[in-house]
Amino acid sequence: MLEVKNLMAEVGGVKILKGVDLIVRSGEVHAIMGINGSGKSTFSKVLAGHPDYTVTGGTATFEGKDLFALTPEERARTGLFLAFQYPVEIPGVSNSALLRLAYNTLQSERGLEELDPLEFEDLVLEKIKVVEMDANFLSRSVNEGFSGGEKKRNEILQMAVLEPKLAILDETDSGLDIDALRIVANGVNSLLTADNAVVMVTHYQRLLNYIVPDYVHVMDGGRIVRTGGKELALELEARGYDWLRAAA
Amino acid sequence: MSTALHNLVNQPYKHGFVTDIETEVVQKGLSEDVIRLISKKKNEPEWLLEFRLSAYRHWLTMEEPSWASVTYPKIDFQEIIYFAQPKPKKQLASMDEVDPELRRTFEKLGVPLHEQKMMAGVAVDVIFDSVSVTTTYKAKLAEVGIIFCSFSEAVHEHPELVKQYLGSVVPAGDNFYAALNSAVFTDGSFCYIPKGTKCPMDLSTYFRINTEGSGQFERTLIIAEEGSSVCYLEGCTAPQFDTNQLHAAVVELVALDNADIKYSTVQNWYAGDENGKGGIFNFVTKRGLCKGVNSKISWTQVETGSAITWKYPSCVLLGDNSIGEFYSVALTNHLQQADTGTKMIHVGKNTRSKIISKGISAGRSSNSYRGLVKIGSRATGARNYSQCDSMLLGDRCMANTFPTIDVQNTTATIEHEASTSKIGEDQMFFFAQRGIGSEEAVSMIINGFCKDVFVHLPMEFAVEATKLLGLKLEGSVG
Repeated sequence: MLEVKNLMAEVGGVKILKGVDLIVRSGEVHAIMGINGSGKSTFSKVLAGHPDYTVTGGTATFEGKDLFALTPEERARTGLFLAFQYPVEIPGVSNSALLRLAYNTLQSERGLEELDPLEFEDLVLEKIKVVEMDANFLSRSVNEGFSGGEKKRNEILQMAVLEPKLAILDETDSGLDIDALRIVANGVNSLLTADNAVVMVTHYQRLLNYIVPDYVHVMDGGRIVRTGGKELALELEARGYDWLRAAA
Repeated sequence: MSTALHNLVNQPYKHGFVTDIETEVVQKGLSEDVIRLISKKKNEPEWLLEFRLSAYRHWLTMEEPSWASVTYPKIDFQEIIYFAQPKPKKQLASMDEVDPELRRTFEKLGVPLHEQKMMAGVAVDVIFDSVSVTTTYKAKLAEVGIIFCSFSEAVHEHPELVKQYLGSVVPAGDNFYAALNSAVFTDGSFCYIPKGTKCPMDLSTYFRINTEGSGQFERTLIIAEEGSSVCYLEGCTAPQFDTNQLHAAVVELVALDNADIKYSTVQNWYAGDENGKGGIFNFVTKRGLCKGVNSKISWTQVETGSAITWKYPSCVLLGDNSIGEFYSVALTNHLQQADTGTKMIHVGKNTRSKIISKGISAGRSSNSYRGLVKIGSRATGARNYSQCDSMLLGDRCMANTFPTIDVQNTTATIEHEASTSKIGEDQMFFFAQRGIGSEEAVSMIINGFCKDVFVHLPMEFAVEATKLLGLKLEGSVG
C-alpha cells in the first residue's frame, strides 16, 4: 500500500528527514515512536503534502502511484488520511457541512453517488457512534470551542466518514485523558479492516495498549533506527530512548 | 499567499455591459440653472425646487470630507452629468411598454420586470441612470394602502408625505454628499406603509448606472407608520467604464411607534479593473430614525463593489425601547477601498443596538470599519453590543477598525469585540487533506466567517451574496 524509500525532507532549509524507509501493507498497524524533534511529525506531514516541507530525496509509492507527484487533495482522494496533532478551528462552518463536502468530493472521485443533506445525516449519525459523540457536535462549527479530547475525537469521526485506505494518526493520543483515549482507540479499532492500514505517530506506549501494533518503529535523527514488534514499545517504556540513540 | 488565492480574486465583472439606448442628458456641470432645469424637467412643485437650491447653496460652503481612510483623485464636480434618462417614447401605461432594450438589460441582470414572471412575489422599483423605469406590483400593494412608487411620482401624488419627511432624517446640509444629493437628486424609491400594516411582500429597488460620465443621485424614503413592518431590498450594478462614476445616494427611514423596518443591500457596483482603473465612487448617506417607542430598524449590507465605498448606515434611537441593528459584510479586492460602518445614536431610554461587521480584504485593497456608538445623557439603560472582525487574504491588503464610543449616561452597557484573522495555511492544508480543493475551501471559510451576517439576509439575497463572494474571490487563494 505504502512504500517509502530513503526519504529526505527539509523545512526552511533545515534537514529533518535523512533517509526514512517504511513499508505498510493492507491490514497492518504500525507505530512510529521517538523523542521530540526526531522527525516523526515531519514524516507524517511530508506524506500528506504539507506545503512547508520540501522533499529533497527518496521516493514514496502509495496505492501504486508516485505520492510526491500528487497534490495534497489528490493524496487525500487516493485514500491517505492524516489525523492532525493540532486540529484547526473553522469558525462558522458546521461540522456536518464540512464532512458532507469532504465525503461527496470523495464519492464523486470514486464515481459513486453523492448524498444530499438528509441522506448524509443518516450516514453520519451512524458514524458518530464510533467516537461516542453527541449529535449536536454535527451542527457546531468545526472544532470551535471543542475541548482537546473533542477535537481528537472529531478527527476520528472524519476518518470514520471518509474511510481512508491509510490513516496516519499524528500524536492523536496527546492531551487525552484516559476515557477519551479509550474512546478514540476503540473508534480506530472498529474501523480497522483487512483492506486498510494505520500508522500511529506517538511518544507514549500507552496508546499501544489499546491499539495493538504489528510493527513498532523508533525514529531518531530523521531515520528509523529500530523496528520490532509490539514488545519493543514496552522495552522503550521501561528503558527510555537513550540506549537506542547510543546504539544508533 | 499562493497562486490559488491570487486566481480566486481575478474573476471578471459580469455586469459591465452598456445598454445601447437613446439617452437624454443635461449638459455636464452643476449650477443653479442646471438644478432649475432638472426640477423643471421633472415638473416639480416650487417647495422642492427651493429645497434643492438651499441645499446647493449650503453645499457650496462645504468642504469635501477627508477623514475617511480612502485616497482618490479630486473629483471635478463640473465634469459630471447630473441628469441622464432613457428617452421616453411615450408615457408608460404598463410594464409591456418598457423599452425592449431596457427590458433585456434587466433580464440580463436577472431582475424580473414582468410581474407574472416574478419569483416569490417581490415588488421591484427599477432605477436606470437618473429615473425610475418601472415599479411592479403597485396595484396589489395599493389594495392594502401601501404606497410603493418612484420618488418623482410620490412628489406629485403624495406631496404632503414627501414634504413632511424629506430631509427629516438626513437634513439637506447634513454632510457634503448629502447636500449634493439634496440639490440634484433625480429619482429613487418611495415607500409608505400605513398604520398596522405588515407589508405582504418584500419591496425591492434595483439601481443601474448606464451612461458614461453620469452621476447617480437617488433618494429613497421609507416611512413605516405605527405598528407596521416592511422588508426592503436594494441591489446595484453598473457598466464597466475606464472613468470613475459618482454615486451619492441618500436613504432615509422613519419608523414610528412599534414599527419595524428591515433594509438589506447587496452592492455590486463596478469596482474598477485589477489596476484600479475605473469603478464607482460610492458616497452614500443612509440613516434610519426610530422615532416611535419600541420601533426597530435593521440594516444588513453586503458590500462587494465600487472602487471607493464611503457609507455608514446609521440609526437614531429616539423612541424609548427602540432597537437599531447593523449587519455588514464588506469585501474588497484589487485596489478597492472601503470605509464603512455605522452610527448608533442612543437618545431614548432602554434603547438597544447591535453591530456585527465582517471585513474581508484581498489583493492590495484597504478595508476599514468606522463606527460610532453614542449614548446620550437621557438614554438611561441603553445597551450596545459591537463585534468587528476582519479577515485578510494575502499579505498586501489592509484592514482597519476605527470604533468610537461616546457615553454620557452611566447606566449604559457597552460591549465591543474585535478580531483580525488570516486564512491560515493550516486551515487550507486541513481542507486539502480532506480532499477539498482550495476554491471550495476559501469559499467555505469566508461564508463561515460571514455567517452571522448572512443569516439576516432574505433567502434569495443570501444565496446571491454567497455566490457573489465566491466569484469576487475566485483565484485569490492557493
